[in-house]
Amino acid sequence: MAHRIEVALKPNIRDAQGEKTARRIREDLLLEIQRVAVVEVYTIDAGLSDAELEGLAAGPFSDPIIHYWSVDKPAAHDFDWLIEVGFKPGVTDNAGRTAREAIEFFLDRRLDKEEGVYTSRQYLIKGNQTRRQIETIARDLLANELIQRFIILSWDEFDQENGIQATVPKVIERIEPRVETIDLELDDQGLMELSRRRLLALSLEEMRAIKDYYLRDDVMKRREIAGLAKGPTDVELECIAQTWSEHCKHKIFNAEIKYTDENGERTIDSLFDTYIRGTTKKVRAAVGQEDYCKSVFEDNAGVIKFNDDWDLVFKVETHNSPSALDPYGGALTGIVGVNRDPFGTGKGAKLIFNTDVFCFASPFYNGELPKGLLHPRRILEGVREGVEHGGNKSGIPTVNGSVLFDDRYLGKPLVYCGTGGLLPARLHGEPGWKKDVKPGDRIVMTGGRIGKDGIHGATFSSEELNEGSPATAVQIGDPITQKRMTDFLLRARDENLYRCITDNGAGGLSSSVGETARMSGGADLYLDRPPLKYPGLMPWEIFLSEAQERMTLAVPADKLDRLMDLAKSMEVEATDLGEYNDAGFLRCYFQGDLVAELDMDFLHDGVPKMRIEAVFEPPPRAKPDYQPPKDLADELLVMLGRLNICSKHYWVRQYDHEVQGGSVVKPLVGSRDHGPSDAAVLRPLLDSMEAVVVAHGICPRYSDIDTYDMAANAVDEAVRNAISVGADPARLAALDNFCWCDPIQSKKNPDGKHKLAQLVRACNGVYDVCTTYGIPLISGKDSMKNDAVIEGRRISIPPTLLISLLGKIEDAETAVTMDAKAEGDVVFMLGMTRPELGASEYYAMKGSIGNSIPRVDPEAFFEMYKAFHLAIREGLLASCHDCSDGGLAVALAETALAGDLGMNLDLSGIPQDGITRPEQLLFSESAGRFVVTTHPEKAGRFEELMRGFPVSELGLVTSDRSFNLKGLPLGGGLETTIDDIEKAWKATLDF
Amino acid sequence: MASKVKALVVTGNGVNCEMETAHACRLAGAKVDIVTVYDLMAGRTRLDDYQFLNLAGGFLDGDDLGSAKAGANRWAHAKTLDRGERLLDQLKRFIEADKLVMGVCNGFQLLVKLGILPGLENRIGQTVTLTYNDSGRFEDRWVHLLCDPKSPCIFTRDLGPGIFLPIRHGEGKLVTSGNDVLEQIEQQHLAPLKYSTSDYSKPAMEYPENPNGSQNSIAGMCDSSGRILGLMPHPEAYTHKTNHPRWTRMPDLPKEGMGLKLFRNAVAWLDQA
Repeated sequence: MAHRIEVALKPNIRDAQGEKTARRIREDLLLEIQRVAVVEVYTIDAGLSDAELEGLAAGPFSDPIIHYWSVDKPAAHDFDWLIEVGFKPGVTDNAGRTAREAIEFFLDRRLDKEEGVYTSRQYLIKGNQTRRQIETIARDLLANELIQRFIILSWDEFDQENGIQATVPKVIERIEPRVETIDLELDDQGLMELSRRRLLALSLEEMRAIKDYYLRDDVMKRREIAGLAKGPTDVELECIAQTWSEHCKHKIFNAEIKYTDENGERTIDSLFDTYIRGTTKKVRAAVGQEDYCKSVFEDNAGVIKFNDDWDLVFKVETHNSPSALDPYGGALTGIVGVNRDPFGTGKGAKLIFNTDVFCFASPFYNGELPKGLLHPRRILEGVREGVEHGGNKSGIPTVNGSVLFDDRYLGKPLVYCGTGGLLPARLHGEPGWKKDVKPGDRIVMTGGRIGKDGIHGATFSSEELNEGSPATAVQIGDPITQKRMTDFLLRARDENLYRCITDNGAGGLSSSVGETARMSGGADLYLDRPPLKYPGLMPWEIFLSEAQERMTLAVPADKLDRLMDLAKSMEVEATDLGEYNDAGFLRCYFQGDLVAELDMDFLHDGVPKMRIEAVFEPPPRAKPDYQPPKDLADELLVMLGRLNICSKHYWVRQYDHEVQGGSVVKPLVGSRDHGPSDAAVLRPLLDSMEAVVVAHGICPRYSDIDTYDMAANAVDEAVRNAISVGADPARLAALDNFCWCDPIQSKKNPDGKHKLAQLVRACNGVYDVCTTYGIPLISGKDSMKNDAVIEGRRISIPPTLLISLLGKIEDAETAVTMDAKAEGDVVFMLGMTRPELGASEYYAMKGSIGNSIPRVDPEAFFEMYKAFHLAIREGLLASCHDCSDGGLAVALAETALAGDLGMNLDLSGIPQDGITRPEQLLFSESAGRFVVTTHPEKAGRFEELMRGFPVSELGLVTSDRSFNLKGLPLGGGLETTIDDIEKAWKATLDF
Repeated sequence: MASKVKALVVTGNGVNCEMETAHACRLAGAKVDIVTVYDLMAGRTRLDDYQFLNLAGGFLDGDDLGSAKAGANRWAHAKTLDRGERLLDQLKRFIEADKLVMGVCNGFQLLVKLGILPGLENRIGQTVTLTYNDSGRFEDRWVHLLCDPKSPCIFTRDLGPGIFLPIRHGEGKLVTSGNDVLEQIEQQHLAPLKYSTSDYSKPAMEYPENPNGSQNSIAGMCDSSGRILGLMPHPEAYTHKTNHPRWTRMPDLPKEGMGLKLFRNAVAWLDQA
């Protein structure tokens, strides 16, 4: 029989969780409730005595100072409504797992397989709401029905004597595992129907290729000898679909594209080879001996040299679709998932930082919300919390990030998560970035268990969202299981116990074993061996499950015992799943039967090349039409409060940005730690002053005019950010993460050719700027179907490119922050201002787009950046802040407010070209610009070093709190105070 | 003369500040080993072989049952493979041998939930706890801490009026079982560090100076011997001037971070003992 232990706060103890929930009910749902109290519930499905249950309740499950508890009796009292939220069967319940272990320690015995612990939470609401309103609270705030269940009871309905009956959300699956054979002798319509029904996300051409393969004489003969049916088994077909998915094969980036624009037609054979790999090739050739790339585009993450002993590893991923469905679980999985990329690169890197960039619709969105979509405020809070738990609990500092807003992200929020790692340059006599698999090596899976989590995740993310999206596409990460695993694996790495390590992400074992088996030339895998979370999984589901926290290792046979012992002693599950070989096939067995025999060549190289068309027609734009500003100070204050500019301190502080002890430039800097840093600086080796710089650039608004410039500006913004804190412009490496809307033309996607042309142009922009700046691209990822079709309405995101940068500072003490430092410091403007307000934040405020997009001039900018870096190296700068969203006025205001200092400036001598109006000067987003302050004694030397570049002195930093700009075009000025500036900047997102 | 002090940093199962904690011990002159709780459980390492125990910050078992609750349950009930003794018994033996223990953040939560701090006389079991911040949020924020020069605490000796350190927690609000306990703590000066105003003139109760709503602004707590210290702020996170969030504004900031002083005090005391 199952029992319930309920734990509640004593009446005199402040209920911070309850208050937080009440606040969100009031703010998000506008319901006037009196209060919320929280009760934790543990449902224990195990044969325990009353004394044992009471011991547990008084022991690990409650805190004697603040809690009271009850067993099989309600702890709840004094409420109008009770909502209890628990997980649905099979959903990861981290606290339940911990509770189970706690019971085992407490009782000094193991629970058996059938026994379990499940957590749920009660919210006791005081207020005169109707049942309907309480249901809204449950549905729209407390529970996500995709993964959770809830019950609602009014005080009258509540059984005060016995409380709520214990119910056990256990997976009960009576289906026997079996393997199906699939008949491919179908016509085109039948093939497509099959692809749709099984969620394979394969095109007709791809389905035909599979059919043709299986009907080949030699294949049929071989299968007959092996005792396999003529058609593929479901294990085989699912594995092929997964391996060939857009998510894994990047078919669009590798396609042959016929591209047409105003200059005519040309053919691009693979965007990836031409522009992405092409950039790196060109840059590496140009630098020759100085090449710092170690492993690029080969492994789970890119690897570059840090110093003679250590390399840096970096990867950024997106987790958009899962975050749209379950923001908390999706984002949590996003961050702990990307952790495993650098961890699974080379021999495995120690993880040293996280970054995250989010794109959401406005949290204040009050338009109609299509069915199936969550409100942006809920998505934002869920994603924020998911990344908080994933990052903080893993002990990896979140050092850099952004939050962007545009209502086109209503259909799909973008959740970029990145992780950097530190890898020994040499390990056991070999380069640390190298991995290998030899025939005879054991296939070992470590970490978590397999459930139905995330099945079809890879194929699903290659599809648009719709009302019928499968719930199994959502996983919930478990940072502690992963932390235990990574602690264990770093030890195993240093003991040289494995030859190869890779993660189980999209596609699970089918991908991790399928990929690594290429190195040996085949593998035999036993699908009945992996530990399962619950019974009832089909062999193909075991093969494809994206259950989290798992790494796959290739372990030399003579090291297997030691590896297994070490795993056991560190409470990590490790299982020998089979053997790598060189037979040319990936073979899977289940309960003694051969259930898959996949030809490695066909599996990896059989996907037909995609041939697609791109046509670029510059979108016609009206000339911006707006009322000229009456009061420039008001205009600035409104700009500072806009979602894309305002302070994000609320987010930033909830992430641990300095664990591991090497933080040098934090996300918040300045006199009261409140200014927005341009980039992060950290020392990964605490006994060295060498520092890593982490920066990024992203400007999706510019896609409304031209994605070529959008991409060029994203690269330049990232570079400006990195240089601002002191990174050496000659030692940068970049990651590209494209999030696009469906670029393949079809009846339901009539502007696919245009979106593909936008992709081509963006790649071209990245190539042109990166090759001139000498920045290699070392890794990246694309996510191509960020559309949502809900109730017949198509919502597409603006084409969005995130450029993430790794840089280096030789001496951390030369790093620079963006806050004005002292009264009397001289303020300089560096870079040329042009009337480039096209798709700017200012025009967005005016409801306009315009045409005059900021242009990047890479040759000219790069010369200036190099000279500027010398000035930083000489220690001439007191502060430096890049000009981006909101332009010069915003950059100046942020510099002043971060230093709690005023400014008195004359902008009449500013380097400019074509500026005729004050708002152009103040809010143009021209690229290649910085606001700089220097100590007065160093101003002369700074000007001397920057001679020949557009630079001018604007005035002085002042100790009073006024912020005065004069010398504006048309004779006006701007006068305000830094107090008003700070107020405007902080008010918007003061959650 | 080089120190003979052997420091131990316990990691594993969710601890995540072991590297910088070991670094701080090393800078203070100690020899240091990082071992996992599994090494302790397997009997590969024993606390007895060390003089300075560091329970570093992190999220033991994800803080799933409340901060350090499941971790405390493990220390209190799991038995070592070699001798079958509980880790808690080993820890008590360590403490009785006049050695030093510092628990930071999650390590402080562990000491409190094991009933080791404040370890008041005539009281058995847990008398204080650390629970959710009043804000209901995890926060990373640097705070000013006022030092009590009358405290018996060995770690906080000669710190001057106060120190500046980061807190990084969601459950740092100190709550006592009653006013009598709070009074005993105050009378015996067992709260050597309190959240303070930025001029170190007085303890602060207002957010954000007091970031979590702790009773009597208590940020750190020791036992009456002064040899066991638990604190929510992270001294190991400020060992070099570049850790200071405002170092670029402070040209005269000493190279050595203020947090290191706590480790230096520990090592110096052990060397003299």
